[in-house]
Amino acid sequence: MSSAATTSTAKGRNAPRQSAEGMSSSKSGVAFWIYLMTDCVLFATLFATYIVLKDQTAGSATSRDIVNLPFVFAETMVLLLSSLASGIALLYAHARKLRPTLIWLLATGLLGAVFVAMELYEFRLLVHEGHSWRDSAYLSAYFGLVGTHGLHIFSGLLWLGGTWLYLKKRGFTTRVMSRLTMFTMFWHFLDLVWIGIFTIVYLMGAL
Amino acid sequence: MLDWLTGRLDPSYFWHGWVQFGGQAGMVLGLLTLIAGLTYFKKWQWLWREWLTTQDAKKIGIMYIVVSVVMLLRGFGDAIMMKLQQALASGNSSGFLEGEHFQQVFTAHGTIMIFFVAMGLMFGLINLVLPLMLGARDVAFPTLNSISLYLFVAGAVLVNTSLIFGEFGAVGWLAYPPLSELAYSPGPGVDYWLWSIQIAGVGSTLSGINFIVTILKMRCKGMTLMKMPIFAWSVLGAMMLVVVAFPILTATLFMLSLDRTLGMHFFTADLGGNAMMYINLIWAWGHPEVYILVLPAFGIYSEVVATLSRKRLFGYKSMVWALMAITVLSFLVWVHHFFTMGAGGNVNAFFGIMTMVIAIPTGVKIFNWLFTMYKGRIEFMTPMWWFMAFVTTFLVGGATGVLLAVPAIDFQVHNSLFLVAHFHNTIISGVLFGYFAGLVYWFPKIFGFRLHERLGKAAVSCWIIGFLVTFVPLYILGIMGATRRLDHYDPSLGWQSLFIVSGVGTMIIAAGVVLQIVNLAYSIWKRHELRDNTGDPWGGRTLEWSVPSPAPHYNFVREPRVATRDPFWEAKQNGSSVFSGPYRAFSLPSNTGLGVYIGGAALVFGFAIIWHLWWLALVAFVSGVVLLVRRTFEEDIEHEITAEAARKLDGHVGRKAAV
Repeated sequence: MSSAATTSTAKGRNAPRQSAEGMSSSKSGVAFWIYLMTDCVLFATLFATYIVLKDQTAGSATSRDIVNLPFVFAETMVLLLSSLASGIALLYAHARKLRPTLIWLLATGLLGAVFVAMELYEFRLLVHEGHSWRDSAYLSAYFGLVGTHGLHIFSGLLWLGGTWLYLKKRGFTTRVMSRLTMFTMFWHFLDLVWIGIFTIVYLMGAL
Repeated sequence: MLDWLTGRLDPSYFWHGWVQFGGQAGMVLGLLTLIAGLTYFKKWQWLWREWLTTQDAKKIGIMYIVVSVVMLLRGFGDAIMMKLQQALASGNSSGFLEGEHFQQVFTAHGTIMIFFVAMGLMFGLINLVLPLMLGARDVAFPTLNSISLYLFVAGAVLVNTSLIFGEFGAVGWLAYPPLSELAYSPGPGVDYWLWSIQIAGVGSTLSGINFIVTILKMRCKGMTLMKMPIFAWSVLGAMMLVVVAFPILTATLFMLSLDRTLGMHFFTADLGGNAMMYINLIWAWGHPEVYILVLPAFGIYSEVVATLSRKRLFGYKSMVWALMAITVLSFLVWVHHFFTMGAGGNVNAFFGIMTMVIAIPTGVKIFNWLFTMYKGRIEFMTPMWWFMAFVTTFLVGGATGVLLAVPAIDFQVHNSLFLVAHFHNTIISGVLFGYFAGLVYWFPKIFGFRLHERLGKAAVSCWIIGFLVTFVPLYILGIMGATRRLDHYDPSLGWQSLFIVSGVGTMIIAAGVVLQIVNLAYSIWKRHELRDNTGDPWGGRTLEWSVPSPAPHYNFVREPRVATRDPFWEAKQNGSSVFSGPYRAFSLPSNTGLGVYIGGAALVFGFAIIWHLWWLALVAFVSGVVLLVRRTFEEDIEHEITAEAARKLDGHVGRKAAV
């Protein structure tokens, strides 16, 4: 990512004002950073609530009962790889190589979809084992926080799908470059949130 | 059998007695009249092309203000009903409202006044003047701006829909759980409350982002941050609060709706839910919200006072620092809304002290305004009258706020009418008077003619007198022990006469509202006499007065260039111009119905969730996504004005630019 960032600023300096590639200074770049901060506050609220409610198990499952660390570790790896793939795709996009960009974006999307599928599987398993979100404040907070992250990933996949089609049809326009850059920012951001979830919900929950 | 199709829509939700029927009939008739009028005068196409699909921030601002004024009338109607009830319902008389209905009325009053009047007027005024003040042609993202507007409208429509389909929440404007949970409020009322402000709130967050980027990236050449008009600074502070505070609201409402629709237990009274968490979170949004509303009003007062005192604003830098200090401090005071929760002496002491500290920057601003007036050539026009009404009464509101900041005193008057009087004292005289001042002040810039002065001053007089007569008795009643939200009380308490006085005060305010409407109608009638031919009716100092009135839709033919804080004023003094250099080509956003469609999808989505029509919610959600994806494939979202065309536009306006 760092080399991509350098190229983009170097280009941004020579390009006319508000070009899509000078992401750190364009209108949509600034707007997207601010949007990410709002999302950050949203997750902070959910994290705070989770931490307040995590011991309120009301006699039903505790975190130790439901955390399956190896499975979650695999889930985490899938998401991190998806993030890596999106980074590689962006590098190829900056080199204006269409085919590898499309392929790596496809990999990003597939890995993201696998992550969502794994999460849904995990949720289904929990409900089958009798740990529904209706059973306690702890379980509500768990499903609420993890599920909101999952919803973000899902909407990211929709966004990625649209951008992928656009890229395939129209090639590297300034708009698609700006959109790709924002998408990868979003994807890395969701990674960071997941690291928080992995630590606070799963690792600390397994203790 | 068709349960999945109709959700919980049920005929029993439609009849609530004659009082509500009056409201329902009035609303339906108003709507039908509007539709009939538009059809009869063949105005639908005009409405669609000139207004609904516009990307012009000024027109979007006007639409915000129109919706807010309609909502103001509704919210004020609720206020009159409450005042009448409280004046009547003592002893054997139970008034004319049943308890449940009274609760819905005060819930609707608070919700409407904050979310759909104050927020709407604020976003409307910002849209009207912020780009003009910054020397920009539009906001940073015009289409996003129109989406925000229609999310706001969708929320407002949902609130009003509750009058006809079902009921509104009967839980107070912040819907504290566990009362607002399914166990105690099973009907659709709380869901109406939830989804109307959830949808409008997302629009507010998007607006916040939009205006921050507008301020950071769209200022004209030479306008450094420290040369921005104070109004722009106040908007920057308020919008920074919006983007940090509104996501908390979104998350909190999201959790409450999960409780209510999926049976979760975030805030329930059983299975480990924690209602106090909700109260903390909602006020972590709610207190900054107060400053979101009042900071732009402070900005308006700063512009009005400087212009109408014919003096540079006193203490510009201290004003900026005070605004920024309030922005930060407003996140450190939320617990003062519930000292009685029992967080402990040290916690309460911290938040009490922080609350007193926040009065300091506010005091700085008051002194700055007064010193601006000192030795100025003050022109006592209507906006100045609003300012003077504000500065005298707001002081009282601030002082009672500092009283309430002392936890020991707060325990005595918590949830009493003293509190109700305090926050109306700050919000009406701080926020509402400020927006009224702004509306009168910028009206000629937007519409090309002024509002009538004497009628305007008469309205101010009614408002200020009515305000005092309404709320001073509430201070006294609060100290006498009257709690808020009372629909009945015992005559032996001796409260009735004060409640009657308060009701009379509300009628005086009503006269002020009527005068404002009359003023608008009269000024439209006499618009030729009141026309503003100069573009600068008040002797303005900032860039919005450098263009003709009404401001053209592209704002500036040539981009202005500034070197000082009061560029237009100094250009007038030097006989120079803020416009120099050649004409350049520029592009303008093309009209699009996207905002209307997104707002429509959000409205249907909200309605569907409220009534558990899951299939319809899915349809609305998918169509929203499809609309957004389709939009990303559109290319012709702008059209260009060439340099030659720009030069002609300038000639067409018929006036050498500037001076």
